[in-house]
Amino acid sequence: MRAYVHLALAGFRRYSTYRQAMFAGLTANVVFGMLRTAVLVAAVGAAPVAGYDAASAVTYVWLGQGLLAFVVLWGESQLSERIRTGDVVVDLYRPWHLQAALLAEDVGRAAYAAVVRLVPPVAIGALFFPFRWPEPHTWPLFAVSAVLALVISFGMRFILNCTTFWLLDSRGVRNMYEVSSGLLCGLIVPLAFMPEWARDVLWATPFPYLIQAPIDVFLEQGPQWTVLALQAFWAVVVLAAGNLVLSRAVRKVVVQGG
Amino acid sequence: MIEVRELCREFTVTTKVGRLRRARTKVRAVDSVSFDVAAGEAVGYVGPNGAGKSTTIKMLTGILVPTSGHVRVAGVDPSRARRDLARRIGVAFGQRSQLWWDLPLRDSFDLLRSIYRVDARDHARRLAECVELLDLSGFLDRPVRQLSLGQRMRGEVTAALLHGPELLVLDEPTIGLDLESKERLREFLADLNAQRGTTLLLTTHDLDDIERLCPRLVVIDRGTVLADGPLEALRAEVVPERVLVVDLEKPSEPLTGIRGVVDVRIELGGLRQHLTFRKDETTAAAVIAAVAAQADVHDLVVEEPEIDDVVRRLYARR
Repeated sequence: MRAYVHLALAGFRRYSTYRQAMFAGLTANVVFGMLRTAVLVAAVGAAPVAGYDAASAVTYVWLGQGLLAFVVLWGESQLSERIRTGDVVVDLYRPWHLQAALLAEDVGRAAYAAVVRLVPPVAIGALFFPFRWPEPHTWPLFAVSAVLALVISFGMRFILNCTTFWLLDSRGVRNMYEVSSGLLCGLIVPLAFMPEWARDVLWATPFPYLIQAPIDVFLEQGPQWTVLALQAFWAVVVLAAGNLVLSRAVRKVVVQGG
Repeated sequence: MIEVRELCREFTVTTKVGRLRRARTKVRAVDSVSFDVAAGEAVGYVGPNGAGKSTTIKMLTGILVPTSGHVRVAGVDPSRARRDLARRIGVAFGQRSQLWWDLPLRDSFDLLRSIYRVDARDHARRLAECVELLDLSGFLDRPVRQLSLGQRMRGEVTAALLHGPELLVLDEPTIGLDLESKERLREFLADLNAQRGTTLLLTTHDLDDIERLCPRLVVIDRGTVLADGPLEALRAEVVPERVLVVDLEKPSEPLTGIRGVVDVRIELGGLRQHLTFRKDETTAAAVIAAVAAQADVHDLVVEEPEIDDVVRRLYARR
Protein backbone atom coordinates (compact mmCIF):
# COMPACT_ATOMS: atom_id res chain seq x y z
CA MET A 1 0.00 0.00 0.00
CA ARG A 2 2.78 2.40 0.93
CA ALA A 3 4.30 1.85 -2.49
CA TYR A 4 1.09 3.09 -4.13
CA VAL A 5 0.91 6.19 -1.92
CA HIS A 6 4.51 6.84 -2.84
CA LEU A 7 3.69 6.39 -6.53
CA ALA A 8 0.83 8.88 -6.22
CA LEU A 9 3.21 11.44 -4.74
CA ALA A 10 5.65 10.74 -7.56
CA GLY A 11 2.83 11.27 -10.07
CA PHE A 12 2.15 14.66 -8.51
CA ARG A 13 5.82 15.64 -8.73
CA ARG A 14 6.26 14.33 -12.27
CA TYR A 15 3.49 16.51 -13.63
CA SER A 16 4.49 19.52 -11.58
CA THR A 17 7.77 19.64 -13.53
CA TYR A 18 5.99 20.58 -16.75
CA ARG A 19 4.94 24.15 -15.96
CA GLN A 20 4.96 25.55 -19.49
CA ALA A 21 2.83 22.71 -20.80
CA MET A 22 0.45 23.36 -17.91
CA PHE A 23 0.16 27.06 -18.78
CA ALA A 24 -0.36 26.34 -22.45
CA GLY A 25 -3.10 23.83 -21.64
CA LEU A 26 -4.75 26.17 -19.20
CA THR A 27 -4.73 29.03 -21.70
CA ALA A 28 -6.38 26.85 -24.32
CA ASN A 29 -9.01 25.75 -21.77
CA VAL A 30 -9.80 29.34 -20.88
CA VAL A 31 -10.06 30.55 -24.49
CA PHE A 32 -12.42 27.69 -25.35
CA GLY A 33 -14.33 28.40 -22.17
CA MET A 34 -14.95 31.98 -23.36
CA LEU A 35 -16.18 30.77 -26.75
CA ARG A 36 -18.46 28.14 -25.28
CA THR A 37 -19.85 30.58 -22.73
CA ALA A 38 -20.71 33.07 -25.50
CA VAL A 39 -22.50 30.42 -27.57
CA LEU A 40 -24.37 28.74 -24.74
CA VAL A 41 -25.44 31.94 -23.00
CA ALA A 42 -26.75 33.22 -26.36
CA ALA A 43 -28.80 30.01 -26.64
CA VAL A 44 -30.31 29.99 -23.15
CA GLY A 45 -30.27 33.75 -22.47
CA ALA A 46 -33.86 34.47 -23.46
CA ALA A 47 -35.52 31.52 -21.82
CA PRO A 48 -34.06 28.49 -19.95
CA VAL A 49 -33.53 25.40 -22.11
CA ALA A 50 -33.85 21.92 -20.58
CA GLY A 51 -33.39 23.33 -17.10
CA TYR A 52 -30.33 25.45 -17.98
CA ASP A 53 -30.55 29.20 -17.33
CA ALA A 54 -27.61 31.58 -17.94
CA ALA A 55 -25.99 30.94 -14.54
CA SER A 56 -26.15 27.17 -14.74
CA ALA A 57 -24.96 27.28 -18.38
CA VAL A 58 -21.91 29.30 -17.31
CA THR A 59 -21.25 26.93 -14.42
CA TYR A 60 -21.62 23.95 -16.74
CA VAL A 61 -19.11 25.38 -19.23
CA TRP A 62 -16.37 26.37 -16.78
CA LEU A 63 -16.67 23.29 -14.64
CA GLY A 64 -16.45 21.19 -17.80
CA GLN A 65 -13.35 23.09 -18.95
CA GLY A 66 -11.71 22.32 -15.63
CA LEU A 67 -12.84 18.71 -15.36
CA LEU A 68 -11.68 17.73 -18.82
CA ALA A 69 -8.04 18.20 -17.81
CA PHE A 70 -8.62 16.71 -14.36
CA VAL A 71 -10.08 13.42 -15.61
CA VAL A 72 -8.11 13.55 -18.93
CA LEU A 73 -10.62 13.13 -21.72
CA TRP A 74 -8.11 12.57 -24.47
CA GLY A 75 -6.44 9.18 -24.97
CA GLU A 76 -3.04 9.76 -23.44
CA SER A 77 -0.52 7.20 -24.62
CA GLN A 78 2.12 6.67 -21.98
CA LEU A 79 1.50 2.97 -21.43
CA SER A 80 0.82 2.46 -25.12
CA GLU A 81 4.26 3.87 -25.96
CA ARG A 82 5.90 1.60 -23.42
CA ILE A 83 4.15 -1.40 -24.94
CA ARG A 84 5.15 -0.35 -28.46
CA THR A 85 8.82 0.06 -27.55
CA GLY A 86 8.89 -3.04 -25.35
CA ASP A 87 9.77 -1.05 -22.23
CA VAL A 88 6.66 -2.55 -20.66
CA VAL A 89 8.84 -5.57 -19.91
CA VAL A 90 10.36 -3.55 -17.09
CA ASP A 91 6.88 -2.72 -15.75
CA LEU A 92 5.66 -6.30 -15.93
CA TYR A 93 8.72 -7.49 -14.13
CA ARG A 94 8.27 -5.34 -11.05
CA PRO A 95 6.73 -6.72 -7.85
CA TRP A 96 3.60 -4.59 -8.14
CA HIS A 97 0.16 -4.63 -9.72
CA LEU A 98 0.63 -2.64 -12.90
CA GLN A 99 -2.92 -1.29 -13.14
CA ALA A 100 -2.94 -0.24 -9.49
CA ALA A 101 0.46 1.39 -9.86
CA LEU A 102 -0.64 3.42 -12.88
CA LEU A 103 -3.89 4.40 -11.15
CA ALA A 104 -1.89 5.62 -8.16
CA GLU A 105 0.29 7.71 -10.46
CA ASP A 106 -2.77 9.09 -12.22
CA VAL A 107 -4.35 10.07 -8.90
CA GLY A 108 -1.17 12.00 -8.12
CA ARG A 109 -1.30 13.67 -11.52
CA ALA A 110 -4.95 14.56 -11.01
CA ALA A 111 -4.24 16.08 -7.60
CA TYR A 112 -1.84 18.44 -9.32
CA ALA A 113 -4.32 19.05 -12.14
CA ALA A 114 -7.04 19.88 -9.60
CA VAL A 115 -4.97 22.80 -8.35
CA VAL A 116 -3.69 24.15 -11.65
CA ARG A 117 -6.23 23.01 -14.23
CA LEU A 118 -9.57 22.63 -12.43
CA VAL A 119 -9.64 25.54 -9.99
CA PRO A 120 -8.51 28.36 -12.34
CA PRO A 121 -11.23 27.94 -15.02
CA VAL A 122 -13.89 27.63 -12.32
CA ALA A 123 -12.54 30.78 -10.66
CA ILE A 124 -12.66 32.65 -13.98
CA GLY A 125 -16.24 31.52 -14.56
CA ALA A 126 -17.23 32.58 -11.06
CA LEU A 127 -15.47 35.95 -11.18
CA PHE A 128 -16.54 37.21 -14.59
CA PHE A 129 -19.90 35.55 -15.25
CA PRO A 130 -23.08 34.76 -13.37
CA PHE A 131 -22.23 31.54 -11.55
CA ARG A 132 -24.26 29.02 -9.57
CA TRP A 133 -22.63 27.88 -6.34
CA PRO A 134 -23.99 24.72 -4.73
CA GLU A 135 -25.29 24.26 -1.19
CA PRO A 136 -22.51 23.45 1.34
CA HIS A 137 -23.59 19.80 1.66
CA THR A 138 -23.01 19.32 -2.08
CA TRP A 139 -19.28 20.08 -1.94
CA PRO A 140 -18.15 16.72 -0.51
CA LEU A 141 -20.51 14.92 -2.92
CA PHE A 142 -18.99 16.81 -5.83
CA ALA A 143 -15.46 15.91 -4.65
CA VAL A 144 -16.39 12.21 -4.51
CA SER A 145 -18.07 12.45 -7.91
CA ALA A 146 -15.00 14.08 -9.47
CA VAL A 147 -12.70 11.40 -8.03
CA LEU A 148 -15.00 8.63 -9.31
CA ALA A 149 -15.03 10.32 -12.73
CA LEU A 150 -11.23 10.28 -12.64
CA VAL A 151 -11.16 6.57 -11.79
CA ILE A 152 -13.60 5.73 -14.62
CA SER A 153 -11.57 7.84 -17.04
CA PHE A 154 -8.37 6.12 -15.95
CA GLY A 155 -9.99 2.72 -16.36
CA MET A 156 -11.10 3.53 -19.90
CA ARG A 157 -7.76 5.00 -20.91
CA PHE A 158 -6.02 1.95 -19.45
CA ILE A 159 -8.07 -0.42 -21.62
CA LEU A 160 -7.48 1.83 -24.62
CA ASN A 161 -3.73 1.71 -24.02
CA CYS A 162 -3.76 -2.05 -23.48
CA THR A 163 -5.13 -2.57 -27.00
CA THR A 164 -1.57 -1.85 -28.14
CA PHE A 165 -0.65 -5.35 -26.98
CA TRP A 166 -2.73 -6.65 -29.90
CA LEU A 167 -2.79 -3.77 -32.37
CA LEU A 168 0.85 -2.68 -31.92
CA ASP A 169 -0.32 0.86 -32.63
CA SER A 170 -3.34 2.15 -30.78
CA ARG A 171 -3.39 5.61 -32.40
CA GLY A 172 -6.51 4.83 -34.42
CA VAL A 173 -8.42 3.64 -31.38
CA ARG A 174 -7.26 6.60 -29.34
CA ASN A 175 -8.20 9.10 -32.05
CA MET A 176 -11.65 7.61 -32.24
CA TYR A 177 -11.98 7.92 -28.47
CA GLU A 178 -10.79 11.52 -28.53
CA VAL A 179 -13.20 12.55 -31.25
CA SER A 180 -16.20 10.87 -29.69
CA SER A 181 -15.67 11.26 -25.96
CA GLY A 182 -16.27 15.03 -25.92
CA LEU A 183 -19.75 14.64 -27.33
CA LEU A 184 -20.65 11.39 -25.57
CA CYS A 185 -19.72 12.56 -22.10
CA GLY A 186 -21.61 15.83 -22.32
CA LEU A 187 -18.67 18.20 -22.62
CA ILE A 188 -19.66 19.85 -25.91
CA VAL A 189 -23.39 20.22 -25.23
CA PRO A 190 -25.25 19.28 -22.06
CA LEU A 191 -26.76 15.83 -22.47
CA ALA A 192 -30.08 17.38 -21.39
CA PHE A 193 -30.17 19.18 -24.79
CA MET A 194 -30.20 15.88 -26.65
CA PRO A 195 -33.31 13.98 -27.74
CA GLU A 196 -34.63 11.56 -25.19
CA TRP A 197 -33.60 8.38 -27.01
CA ALA A 198 -30.00 9.63 -27.26
CA ARG A 199 -29.96 10.50 -23.58
CA ASP A 200 -31.22 7.05 -22.65
CA VAL A 201 -28.57 5.37 -24.77
CA LEU A 202 -25.73 7.55 -23.48
CA TRP A 203 -26.59 7.22 -19.80
CA ALA A 204 -26.32 3.46 -20.26
CA THR A 205 -22.62 3.92 -21.13
CA PRO A 206 -19.79 5.05 -18.84
CA PHE A 207 -19.19 8.26 -20.85
CA PRO A 208 -21.62 10.68 -19.13
CA TYR A 209 -20.11 9.70 -15.78
CA LEU A 210 -16.85 11.37 -16.77
CA ILE A 211 -18.10 14.96 -17.14
CA GLN A 212 -21.89 15.33 -17.09
CA ALA A 213 -22.35 13.41 -13.82
CA PRO A 214 -20.01 15.51 -11.65
CA ILE A 215 -21.48 18.69 -13.22
CA ASP A 216 -25.02 17.51 -12.44
CA VAL A 217 -23.96 16.81 -8.86
CA PHE A 218 -22.47 20.30 -8.62
CA LEU A 219 -25.58 21.92 -10.14
CA GLU A 220 -27.80 19.77 -7.91
CA GLN A 221 -29.69 18.49 -10.93
CA GLY A 222 -31.16 15.06 -10.43
CA PRO A 223 -30.65 12.61 -7.57
CA GLN A 224 -27.07 13.04 -6.40
CA TRP A 225 -26.71 9.77 -4.50
CA THR A 226 -27.99 7.74 -7.44
CA VAL A 227 -25.45 9.38 -9.70
CA LEU A 228 -22.65 8.61 -7.26
CA ALA A 229 -23.76 4.99 -6.94
CA LEU A 230 -23.81 4.60 -10.74
CA GLN A 231 -20.37 6.19 -10.97
CA ALA A 232 -19.05 3.74 -8.38
CA PHE A 233 -20.62 0.91 -10.38
CA TRP A 234 -18.91 2.04 -13.60
CA ALA A 235 -15.59 2.57 -11.81
CA VAL A 236 -15.67 -1.04 -10.62
CA VAL A 237 -16.72 -2.28 -14.07
CA VAL A 238 -14.00 -0.50 -16.05
CA LEU A 239 -11.27 -1.36 -13.53
CA ALA A 240 -12.30 -5.02 -13.51
CA ALA A 241 -12.44 -5.05 -17.31
CA GLY A 242 -9.01 -3.41 -17.46
CA ASN A 243 -7.63 -5.98 -15.07
CA LEU A 244 -9.01 -8.75 -17.25
CA VAL A 245 -7.56 -7.18 -20.39
CA LEU A 246 -4.20 -6.79 -18.68
CA SER A 247 -4.07 -10.40 -17.54
CA ARG A 248 -4.97 -11.54 -21.05
CA ALA A 249 -2.26 -9.27 -22.41
CA VAL A 250 0.30 -10.57 -19.94
CA ARG A 251 -0.67 -14.12 -20.85
CA LYS A 252 -0.22 -13.25 -24.49
CA VAL A 253 3.18 -11.69 -23.88
CA VAL A 254 4.38 -14.27 -21.40
CA VAL A 255 2.99 -17.41 -22.96
CA GLN A 256 2.84 -16.58 -26.65
CA GLY A 257 5.80 -14.25 -26.59
CA GLY A 258 3.99 -11.17 -27.95
CA MET B 1 21.69 -20.30 -8.56
CA ILE B 2 20.53 -20.93 -12.11
CA GLU B 3 19.57 -24.36 -13.42
CA VAL B 4 18.53 -24.69 -17.05
CA ARG B 5 17.75 -28.05 -18.66
CA GLU B 6 16.69 -28.70 -22.25
CA LEU B 7 15.10 -25.29 -22.41
CA CYS B 8 13.07 -24.58 -25.56
CA ARG B 9 11.06 -21.61 -26.67
CA GLU B 10 9.10 -21.42 -29.89
CA PHE B 11 7.50 -18.39 -31.45
CA THR B 12 4.84 -18.35 -34.10
CA VAL B 13 5.74 -16.02 -36.92
CA THR B 14 3.17 -15.02 -39.50
CA THR B 15 4.33 -14.01 -42.92
CA LYS B 16 2.27 -12.66 -45.74
CA VAL B 17 1.67 -15.01 -48.61
CA GLY B 18 -0.29 -13.47 -51.43
CA ARG B 19 -2.88 -10.82 -50.79
CA LEU B 20 -4.82 -12.17 -47.84
CA ARG B 21 -3.30 -15.47 -46.94
CA ARG B 22 -0.86 -15.66 -44.10
CA ALA B 23 1.50 -18.49 -43.43
CA ARG B 24 2.27 -19.38 -39.85
CA THR B 25 5.62 -20.89 -39.12
CA LYS B 26 7.12 -21.96 -35.84
CA VAL B 27 10.52 -20.57 -35.03
CA ARG B 28 12.66 -22.04 -32.30
CA ALA B 29 14.39 -19.10 -30.64
CA VAL B 30 15.88 -21.28 -27.94
CA ASP B 31 16.43 -24.92 -28.70
CA SER B 32 17.34 -27.33 -25.94
CA VAL B 33 19.67 -25.11 -23.96
CA SER B 34 21.21 -26.48 -20.77
CA PHE B 35 23.62 -24.86 -18.35
CA ASP B 36 24.10 -24.23 -14.65
CA VAL B 37 25.38 -21.21 -12.84
CA ALA B 38 26.61 -21.70 -9.28
CA ALA B 39 26.19 -19.03 -6.61
CA GLY B 40 29.03 -16.51 -6.78
CA GLU B 41 29.94 -17.23 -10.40
CA ALA B 42 30.25 -14.61 -13.12
CA VAL B 43 29.13 -15.92 -16.48
CA GLY B 44 29.09 -14.25 -19.86
CA TYR B 45 26.28 -15.26 -22.18
CA VAL B 46 27.27 -14.31 -25.69
CA GLY B 47 26.02 -14.85 -29.19
CA PRO B 48 25.23 -12.90 -32.35
CA ASN B 49 22.01 -10.92 -32.75
CA GLY B 50 19.02 -13.20 -32.79
CA ALA B 51 20.88 -16.05 -31.15
CA GLY B 52 18.34 -16.38 -28.36
CA LYS B 53 20.14 -14.49 -25.58
CA SER B 54 17.35 -12.12 -24.64
CA THR B 55 14.76 -14.88 -24.94
CA THR B 56 16.75 -16.94 -22.45
CA ILE B 57 17.05 -13.96 -20.10
CA LYS B 58 13.30 -13.38 -20.31
CA MET B 59 12.67 -16.99 -19.37
CA LEU B 60 15.14 -16.72 -16.48
CA THR B 61 13.33 -13.67 -15.12
CA GLY B 62 9.88 -15.15 -15.65
CA ILE B 63 8.55 -12.73 -18.26
CA LEU B 64 8.39 -15.54 -20.78
CA VAL B 65 7.14 -19.08 -20.22
CA PRO B 66 9.30 -21.82 -21.78
CA THR B 67 7.68 -23.98 -24.45
CA SER B 68 9.37 -26.93 -22.81
CA GLY B 69 12.25 -27.67 -20.50
CA HIS B 70 13.15 -26.85 -16.96
CA VAL B 71 14.28 -23.56 -15.39
CA ARG B 72 15.04 -22.83 -11.76
CA VAL B 73 16.42 -19.51 -10.60
CA ALA B 74 17.29 -19.12 -6.92
CA GLY B 75 15.34 -22.33 -6.36
CA VAL B 76 12.03 -21.21 -7.88
CA ASP B 77 10.26 -21.57 -11.21
CA PRO B 78 10.52 -18.01 -12.59
CA SER B 79 7.26 -17.82 -14.54
CA ARG B 80 5.22 -19.11 -11.58
CA ALA B 81 6.86 -16.95 -8.95
CA ARG B 82 7.69 -13.85 -10.97
CA ARG B 83 6.96 -11.32 -8.25
CA ASP B 84 8.74 -13.33 -5.58
CA LEU B 85 11.73 -13.76 -7.79
CA ALA B 86 11.77 -10.07 -8.69
CA ARG B 87 12.47 -9.28 -5.04
CA ARG B 88 15.44 -11.63 -4.98
CA ILE B 89 17.21 -10.93 -8.25
CA GLY B 90 18.21 -7.72 -9.97
CA VAL B 91 17.85 -7.07 -13.69
CA ALA B 92 19.30 -4.22 -15.69
CA PHE B 93 18.65 -3.82 -19.39
CA GLY B 94 21.12 -1.68 -21.29
CA GLN B 95 18.44 -0.60 -23.73
CA ARG B 96 15.50 -0.14 -21.36
CA SER B 97 15.20 2.11 -18.39
CA GLN B 98 13.69 1.26 -15.05
CA LEU B 99 14.09 4.82 -13.79
CA TRP B 100 11.41 7.52 -13.78
CA TRP B 101 12.28 9.74 -16.71
CA ASP B 102 11.05 13.08 -15.37
CA LEU B 103 12.07 12.70 -11.74
CA PRO B 104 15.46 13.21 -10.09
CA LEU B 105 17.51 10.03 -9.91
CA ARG B 106 17.17 9.99 -6.12
CA ASP B 107 13.35 9.85 -6.38
CA SER B 108 13.52 6.72 -8.53
CA PHE B 109 15.62 5.06 -5.86
CA ASP B 110 13.10 6.07 -3.16
CA LEU B 111 10.21 4.72 -5.22
CA LEU B 112 12.01 1.44 -5.77
CA ARG B 113 12.51 1.16 -2.03
CA SER B 114 8.72 1.32 -1.53
CA ILE B 115 7.96 -1.01 -4.43
CA TYR B 116 10.45 -3.64 -3.30
CA ARG B 117 9.64 -3.00 0.39
CA VAL B 118 13.27 -2.62 1.40
CA ASP B 119 14.12 -1.76 4.97
CA ALA B 120 15.07 1.93 5.24
CA ARG B 121 18.44 1.26 6.80
CA ASP B 122 19.43 -1.45 4.31
CA HIS B 123 18.37 0.84 1.49
CA ALA B 124 20.39 3.77 2.82
CA ARG B 125 23.47 1.61 3.29
CA ARG B 126 23.32 0.06 -0.19
CA LEU B 127 22.62 3.41 -1.81
CA ALA B 128 25.53 5.04 0.03
CA GLU B 129 27.83 2.29 -1.24
CA CYS B 130 26.69 2.65 -4.83
CA VAL B 131 26.91 6.44 -4.65
CA GLU B 132 30.48 6.16 -3.54
CA LEU B 133 31.66 3.37 -5.83
CA LEU B 134 29.81 4.52 -8.93
CA ASP B 135 30.36 8.20 -8.16
CA LEU B 136 26.71 9.20 -8.38
CA SER B 137 26.80 12.14 -5.98
CA GLY B 138 27.18 14.72 -8.74
CA PHE B 139 23.85 13.93 -10.40
CA LEU B 140 21.62 12.31 -7.77
CA ASP B 141 19.29 15.31 -7.80
CA ARG B 142 19.16 15.70 -11.57
CA PRO B 143 16.13 14.42 -13.53
CA VAL B 144 16.91 11.17 -15.30
CA ARG B 145 16.10 12.67 -18.70
CA GLN B 146 19.05 15.05 -18.30
CA LEU B 147 21.61 12.36 -17.51
CA SER B 148 24.24 11.20 -19.97
CA LEU B 149 24.05 7.58 -21.04
CA GLY B 150 26.98 6.65 -18.81
CA GLN B 151 25.41 8.35 -15.80
CA ARG B 152 22.04 6.77 -16.51
CA MET B 153 23.54 3.31 -16.80
CA ARG B 154 25.24 3.72 -13.44
CA GLY B 155 21.82 4.69 -12.10
CA GLU B 156 20.24 1.60 -13.69
CA VAL B 157 22.78 -0.73 -12.11
CA THR B 158 22.24 0.95 -8.73
CA ALA B 159 18.48 0.58 -9.16
CA ALA B 160 18.92 -3.15 -9.79
CA LEU B 161 21.01 -3.57 -6.64
CA LEU B 162 19.08 -1.60 -4.00
CA HIS B 163 17.02 -4.59 -2.87
CA GLY B 164 20.18 -6.63 -2.31
CA PRO B 165 19.72 -9.30 -5.00
CA GLU B 166 21.60 -12.60 -4.90
CA LEU B 167 21.79 -12.65 -8.68
CA LEU B 168 22.29 -9.74 -11.03
CA VAL B 169 21.26 -10.23 -14.64
CA LEU B 170 22.63 -7.64 -17.04
CA ASP B 171 21.44 -7.44 -20.63
CA GLU B 172 24.08 -5.55 -22.59
CA PRO B 173 25.07 -3.28 -19.72
CA THR B 174 27.84 -1.46 -21.54
CA ILE B 175 26.06 -0.83 -24.84
CA GLY B 176 26.80 2.64 -26.17
CA LEU B 177 29.08 3.64 -23.31
CA ASP B 178 32.42 5.34 -23.87
CA LEU B 179 35.62 3.57 -22.84
CA GLU B 180 35.96 5.26 -19.48
CA SER B 181 32.35 4.64 -18.48
CA LYS B 182 32.65 1.01 -19.56
CA GLU B 183 35.78 0.57 -17.52
CA ARG B 184 34.26 2.13 -14.42
CA LEU B 185 31.18 -0.05 -14.66
CA ARG B 186 33.24 -3.20 -15.21
CA GLU B 187 35.40 -2.43 -12.23
CA PHE B 188 32.33 -1.99 -10.06
CA LEU B 189 30.75 -5.23 -11.27
CA ALA B 190 33.97 -7.16 -10.79
CA ASP B 191 34.16 -5.92 -7.19
CA LEU B 192 30.52 -6.74 -6.61
CA ASN B 193 31.12 -10.29 -7.74
CA ALA B 194 34.42 -10.79 -5.94
CA GLN B 195 33.66 -9.08 -2.64
CA ARG B 196 29.92 -9.37 -2.20
CA GLY B 197 29.59 -12.74 -3.88
CA THR B 198 26.72 -11.54 -6.07
CA THR B 199 26.24 -13.95 -8.95
CA LEU B 200 26.50 -12.22 -12.34
CA LEU B 201 25.02 -13.26 -15.64
CA LEU B 202 25.58 -10.87 -18.47
CA THR B 203 24.87 -10.83 -22.15
CA THR B 204 27.02 -8.62 -24.27
CA HIS B 205 28.49 -8.02 -27.69
CA ASP B 206 31.49 -6.33 -26.16
CA LEU B 207 33.90 -9.15 -25.57
CA ASP B 208 36.10 -6.95 -23.41
CA ASP B 209 33.30 -7.17 -20.86
CA ILE B 210 33.76 -10.93 -20.81
CA GLU B 211 37.52 -10.76 -20.69
CA ARG B 212 37.36 -8.37 -17.77
CA LEU B 213 34.45 -9.85 -15.80
CA CYS B 214 33.64 -13.41 -16.63
CA PRO B 215 35.94 -16.35 -16.04
CA ARG B 216 33.32 -18.45 -17.78
CA LEU B 217 31.63 -18.05 -21.11
CA VAL B 218 28.52 -19.65 -22.57
CA VAL B 219 28.30 -19.16 -26.32
CA ILE B 220 24.95 -19.53 -28.01
CA ASP B 221 23.94 -19.31 -31.65
CA ARG B 222 20.63 -20.06 -33.36
CA GLY B 223 19.18 -21.21 -30.07
CA THR B 224 21.76 -23.82 -29.13
CA VAL B 225 24.80 -23.73 -26.89
CA LEU B 226 27.98 -23.88 -28.97
CA ALA B 227 30.44 -23.83 -26.15
CA ASP B 228 30.56 -23.54 -22.40
CA GLY B 229 33.74 -23.19 -20.40
CA PRO B 230 36.56 -20.96 -19.24
CA LEU B 231 37.68 -18.40 -21.77
CA GLU B 232 41.26 -19.76 -21.77
CA ALA B 233 40.17 -23.30 -22.55
CA LEU B 234 37.94 -22.09 -25.37
CA ARG B 235 40.75 -20.07 -26.79
CA ALA B 236 43.12 -23.03 -26.84
CA GLU B 237 40.52 -25.36 -28.25
CA VAL B 238 39.10 -23.19 -30.97
CA VAL B 239 42.13 -21.26 -32.14
CA PRO B 240 45.14 -23.55 -32.06
CA GLU B 241 47.20 -21.10 -34.12
CA ARG B 242 49.37 -18.25 -32.90
CA VAL B 243 50.88 -15.55 -35.06
CA LEU B 244 54.50 -14.43 -34.80
CA VAL B 245 55.06 -10.99 -36.28
CA VAL B 246 58.69 -10.24 -37.07
CA ASP B 247 60.22 -6.99 -38.28
CA LEU B 248 63.44 -7.68 -40.18
CA GLU B 249 66.49 -5.47 -40.65
CA LYS B 250 66.33 -5.94 -44.44
CA PRO B 251 63.47 -6.91 -46.71
CA SER B 252 63.51 -10.61 -47.44
CA GLU B 253 61.73 -13.35 -49.35
CA PRO B 254 58.88 -15.00 -47.38
CA LEU B 255 60.44 -17.09 -44.61
CA THR B 256 58.94 -20.43 -45.61
CA GLY B 257 59.95 -23.91 -44.68
CA ILE B 258 59.96 -23.50 -40.92
CA ARG B 259 58.51 -26.53 -39.17
CA GLY B 260 55.02 -26.00 -37.79
CA VAL B 261 54.40 -22.76 -39.67
CA VAL B 262 51.27 -23.08 -41.75
CA ASP B 263 51.03 -19.65 -43.33
CA VAL B 264 53.31 -16.71 -44.08
CA ARG B 265 52.04 -13.27 -45.02
CA ILE B 266 54.44 -10.44 -45.90
CA GLU B 267 54.09 -6.70 -45.54
CA LEU B 268 56.22 -3.72 -46.57
CA GLY B 269 57.89 -5.75 -49.34
CA GLY B 270 59.10 -8.41 -46.91
CA LEU B 271 60.25 -6.12 -44.10
CA ARG B 272 57.46 -7.35 -41.84
CA GLN B 273 56.30 -10.95 -41.89
CA HIS B 274 53.38 -12.69 -40.19
CA LEU B 275 54.06 -16.35 -39.50
CA THR B 276 51.09 -18.42 -38.41
CA PHE B 277 52.07 -21.56 -36.53
CA ARG B 278 50.19 -24.33 -34.75
CA LYS B 279 50.74 -24.33 -31.02
CA ASP B 280 50.37 -28.07 -30.78
CA GLU B 281 53.12 -28.75 -33.34
CA THR B 282 55.81 -26.30 -32.34
CA THR B 283 56.61 -23.60 -29.82
CA ALA B 284 57.07 -19.89 -30.23
CA ALA B 285 60.69 -20.27 -29.13
CA ALA B 286 61.45 -22.82 -31.87
CA VAL B 287 59.87 -20.61 -34.54
CA ILE B 288 61.79 -17.56 -33.33
CA ALA B 289 65.07 -19.51 -33.38
CA ALA B 290 64.37 -20.70 -36.92
CA VAL B 291 63.54 -17.18 -38.09
CA ALA B 292 66.69 -15.76 -36.47
CA ALA B 293 68.75 -18.38 -38.34
CA GLN B 294 67.37 -17.18 -41.70
CA ALA B 295 67.36 -13.39 -41.27
CA ASP B 296 68.39 -10.49 -39.05
CA VAL B 297 65.49 -9.78 -36.67
CA HIS B 298 64.86 -6.22 -35.57
CA ASP B 299 61.75 -6.79 -33.45
CA LEU B 300 59.13 -9.44 -32.85
CA VAL B 301 55.86 -10.08 -31.10
CA VAL B 302 53.64 -13.16 -30.58
CA GLU B 303 49.96 -12.37 -30.98
CA GLU B 304 47.34 -14.11 -28.83
CA PRO B 305 44.04 -14.60 -30.63
CA GLU B 306 41.54 -11.91 -29.82
CA ILE B 307 38.44 -13.03 -28.02
CA ASP B 308 36.42 -11.80 -30.99
CA ASP B 309 38.32 -14.28 -33.08
CA VAL B 310 37.55 -17.09 -30.70
CA VAL B 311 33.85 -16.36 -30.81
CA ARG B 312 33.82 -15.80 -34.56
CA ARG B 313 35.40 -19.20 -35.08
CA LEU B 314 32.91 -20.78 -32.76
CA TYR B 315 30.08 -19.33 -34.81
CA ALA B 316 31.73 -20.42 -38.04
CA ARG B 317 32.29 -23.95 -36.78
CA ARG B 318 28.66 -25.00 -36.95
